[in-house]
Parts: sequence; structure tokens; C-alpha cells
Amino acid sequence: MQKFTQLSGIAAPMPLVNIDTDMIIPKQFLKTIKRSGLGVNLFDEMRYDDDRNEIPDFVLNKPQYRDAQILVAGENFGCGSSREHAPWAIADFGITCVIAPSYADIFYSNCFKNGILPITLPQEQVDVLMKDAEKGSNARIEVDLEAQTITSSDGDVFHFEVDSFKKHCLMNGLDDIGLTMEKADAIAGFEAKASAERPWV
Amino acid sequence: MSPKTLYDKIWDAHVAHEAEDGTCLLYIDRHLVHEVTSPQAFEGLRMAGRGVHAPDKTIAVPDHNVPTTAGRNDPKNMTEDSAIQVAALDTNAKEFGIHYYPVSDVRQGIVHIVGPEQGWTLPGMTVVCGDSHTATHGAFGALAHGIGTSEVEHVLATQTLIQKKSKNMKVEITGKLRPGVTAKDITLSVIGATGTAGGNGHVIEYCGEAIRDLSMEGRMTVCNMAIEGGARAGIIAPDEKTFEYCKGRPHAPKGAQWEAAVAWWKTLFTDEGAHFDKVVTLKGEDIAPVVTWGTSPEDVLPITASVPAADSFTGGKVGAAQRSLDYMALTPGTPLTDITIDTVFIGSCTNGRIEDLRAAAAILKGKKKKDGLRAMVVPGSGLVRAQAEEEGLAQIFIDAGFEWRLAGCSMCLAMNPDQLAPGERCAATSNRNFEGRQGRGGRTHLMSPAMAAAAAITGKLTDVREMM
Repeated sequence: MQKFTQLSGIAAPMPLVNIDTDMIIPKQFLKTIKRSGLGVNLFDEMRYDDDRNEIPDFVLNKPQYRDAQILVAGENFGCGSSREHAPWAIADFGITCVIAPSYADIFYSNCFKNGILPITLPQEQVDVLMKDAEKGSNARIEVDLEAQTITSSDGDVFHFEVDSFKKHCLMNGLDDIGLTMEKADAIAGFEAKASAERPWV
Repeated sequence: MSPKTLYDKIWDAHVAHEAEDGTCLLYIDRHLVHEVTSPQAFEGLRMAGRGVHAPDKTIAVPDHNVPTTAGRNDPKNMTEDSAIQVAALDTNAKEFGIHYYPVSDVRQGIVHIVGPEQGWTLPGMTVVCGDSHTATHGAFGALAHGIGTSEVEHVLATQTLIQKKSKNMKVEITGKLRPGVTAKDITLSVIGATGTAGGNGHVIEYCGEAIRDLSMEGRMTVCNMAIEGGARAGIIAPDEKTFEYCKGRPHAPKGAQWEAAVAWWKTLFTDEGAHFDKVVTLKGEDIAPVVTWGTSPEDVLPITASVPAADSFTGGKVGAAQRSLDYMALTPGTPLTDITIDTVFIGSCTNGRIEDLRAAAAILKGKKKKDGLRAMVVPGSGLVRAQAEEEGLAQIFIDAGFEWRLAGCSMCLAMNPDQLAPGERCAATSNRNFEGRQGRGGRTHLMSPAMAAAAAITGKLTDVREMM
């Protein structure tokens, strides 16, 4: 997995609540058997018209946001389905950090498996960063995972919380499965005990 | 010992390892797999030279993008990309030796309907699937939730999931439901009350007289949409109805093991005085038949209401409501019963079970759908389909002018050819009304099977109570 430590980038503002996974990556793009190549279809139905032309008003089509690495959004970001295609598309586009007041649970944990840092901040701090993001390429937002801080282009510094285990994995690009396999004895011990107690399982 | 919730008990019984920071390895009893979210996970195993840790606890069935029309056993009758995903599942199931119900098997269907039907889902289990509607299985008193593809790979490789415990939330529905009000109206009304983020970070236990009174099918409908309320999972304590449903199913325990299982299952309830971090109570008699008007499952109103104005909301919801109204092409103040529809879809893991088909058929019996309307019934599994045919329900639907389809997810998420055209408006028994969910530009109103049947007859959103 791609490591995430620090980032200084342009942030795209999407001041919408309940941005769902169908918006992030519509179902017609779930028919892939690969993880890569979905960036071009990120927010597909908002981004292109029926003839596949870019809709100029959509934020990621605007010249100043085409290289955005951060997304600032409203509450309950990523609600809906469990499709990991959503974070795959976000990462493939080049966005590795999302800032929002809250997230849907499954989307949130999917991000950490794909080198994306989802940052939760109170609404009023998200509002400040949303305004900052609206300045386009004139504003670079800095994210430091080690220090757990975000710095706006005006120098406002916000602290954010992140689970220590998730932070460790993200900073070191660790493979969860490998880590779990180191605990094979604990799993085998559990299986022996459970199959004695609940043999019908 | 301090009192525990039902969720606490199941959680505690499945922790295989706990780190100092509270991060746990949760052991998974049943892993359900479908064709859309698993190919990359199996590919990951292959690339790392890993196998499936517990193939006997892993069950696969294609459902999301299979056609629901005749001739689908021939891959040539699938779109190329769907055929590739189904073929990949076929190969992966064989290669890794997991249980499998192919498209040609009468037991094939929506994974969340097949699991309970075959007795794979049992009380007290942990159940996961790369699909958010895994919450359905919580109806059995199982801890069941959706996971992403990386987690699918993690469970395949280790039979565990890295988890931190969620908070406990209680949703109590007191008293009795009024006539015409169903499990779907309960679950939509809860989301209407709490919002789609109301359950974030929580496992919801549904309880109260109105929940106890529901059949297993109804309980599955309620738990199914726990995810639309933002919850990690929804759960209902098992009781005699649960045991009765499970008994004799192909993969349910038998003989002495059955007795031992029931004895343990009877301990699965929330202790008196157990702590809930959040409590929501609705009165059963206050719940009306409801529909959604917008593009979020929280946009719920009784069928007797009118389309709301965007400025009747606050905060970020004002803009979202305006966007919904524009997308849905609705004018504030319009009575919901004035909204005309083009299509009716009855099916999905929310409402594709036998009881749902019975409820819809009861309204449609001896009647015809409105001329020009497209209407389809997609049973949740081949066995539901067979039972509906045996009970004469299929004929009622056919006589009413409905298409009688083969089992699958179908127009719930429109990954197969069952899709809405731009601007088409649908009365749907599924679970999501997001923009484009049932097809680009399609407009979805969520409701119960009985309400969808009523809408099919009049061609408008309709209060089913007027037809009873």
C-alpha cells in the first residue's frame, strides 16, 4: 500500500452533504476485475454529460482543480454501498486526503486500505477549509499525519484525531493481512475453543 | 458481571485477539461472497500465494449483475463485462473450494436471501459480505455487516477482520402497527427520524413489541436498511420465531447440536440495565405507510403528505433538498399522491422474499396495472420464485401485467440490463434512491411492496390503505 505521511496540495471544494458511493463511482464501473484505472470515472455522472463531454461547472473539471489532491466535503461523506471502487477511484484520480465533518463507516475504513487519509473535523473548521479550497490553485492546504495537523493557506492550524493503529499502517504502508498472519496462533487457539463451544458453526 | 447488550455478547464471543489499543481481530463465522466485490480480493490472494483460510465457512453466489431474463445460463446472453465477473466467481469458487450456487442452480439468488434460506445464517454468528446490505442477517441475532474488497481479501486469508468495537444504539418500536403499515415503513420511518448518519459508529438493536410481532422476513427488511441509517449493523434478539425459521434448513444444525445451539441462542438478549449510547423510540401506531420524495433514504414522508420546500430544512440539508427536488423534478406543495410513475419494481434484498410477494399480490389480485406502465417482479431467489409459483402468486402478477423475472439484484442497483431511462420515475421496493441508482437520470421513490403494488394499479403514488 502507498504510504501517507505529509501532503501539500490543492483542495477541491464539494460543499454537499451525503455524497454517496453511487455519486463517487456509479455502478456501471463496478464491472471491472481490476483495482486500477477508475480515476477517469470518479464522480462520473456529475462530471460528464450524456455525450461524455466534461461538464465545465463541475469542480474537478475546472482548470484550477484538475490536479487536486485533497477533497473538502459535507457531512456523511461516502454513505451508501461498501464498494471499495469508491476509494480506488478517488486514489486513482490523485486525491489522497478527504476532509469532512463525518463519514459513513465502511467508506472510512476502506480509505485506510488504499493510502487515503479521511480527516474528520468539526463543521466550523471544515467551513474554514472549504473557503480556503474555493481559492483554487492560489491555496495549498498542508496535511501532516505524524503531527495530526492541517494548515490552511492562511496559516490556520487544525488538529485532527485518527486511530493510532490506522495511522501506523498508513504512515508505513503496511499490509493488514501480513500483520494479521503474525497472529496465526491466536486465531488457531480461538478456532479450537470456538469449535468445542459452538460445534454447529 | 456488568450487564451486556446483545451486540456486546456476540462481540465478546468472537474476539480472537485484542491489542492494547483495543484493536481486535474479530473471528468471522460466515463469509458471503458475490461477483462484483470479490474478483480483486481473490486476485490479491493469488498474487501473494495465499489460500482461503476456511473455505467451508465461505459461500459464493452471483447476484448483482446477472440478467433476470430467460437464457441467462448462457454467458452469451450477458453483457461481456458481466460475463467476465460471473466467470471469475465461477473459477474462484472452484479453485479455492468454497460453497457455490451458480446461476443455473435453483437456489441461486440475492446473497442476503440465499444465506438465511439455506441455513448459513444462524443466531449469534458473525457474518460479513462485500456488500453493505449484509446488515440483513442481523434479523437472526447475528452480527452482520458489509465490508470493502480489501477486507474481503483479509477475511478470505485469515477468517478474521480487524475491528474496533462500535457503540450501542437502541431503536425501540413500541405497540402495534396499524393496518397497511409494514416492516418497510418501520425501517424507512426510523431513517426519516434519525437521518442517514444517525447510526454512524453504532450497532443498532431493534426491539419493542412491533419488532417482536414481525415475521423473520419483516425483521430482515428492518435490519437490511440499518446501513441506510448509517449503522455498522442492525440486530434483533433471536426468539422462537427465529428458531422456527432456522430449524430444518440445509445448513442448520441437527439433533443434539440443534439442542445445544438453541440453548446458547436463548442467552442472546440484552441484559436488564445494559448501557446504550443512543436510544430512539417510535410508537408503532404513529407509523404510516411512507414513501421517499428525494434522493436520500432519509427523505421520508407519510404518503398523505406533500413535497416539502428546500427552505423547510436547515444547514447543509437546504442545498441537498433543493438538489433532490431538481433531480426528482418535483414542486414543493404537490401532494405525494399526485406524483405519477412510469415503472414499478418489486424485489431486492430489502423486499424480495415470499412475504413481500404475498403482500404485493394481495393488493394486485384480480386487478391490472395501469396501461403503459412498466412493472416487474424479481424474486429474491430461485426458491422464493418457485414457492410464489406454487402459491399462485406468480399468476396474479402475470395477470396484472407484471413481468415475472428470474432471481437477482436487478433494478435495485441496475448493474444488469434492468435500468431506468433518464427521467423515468419508479415506485421501488429497494433500499436506495440515490441519484442515478436505478439508471442515469432515473427517479426512485422507495416504499413497501403493498404500496408499490397500489402504485402499479393507479399509476401514481398511492395510499395502500384506500385499497384494503
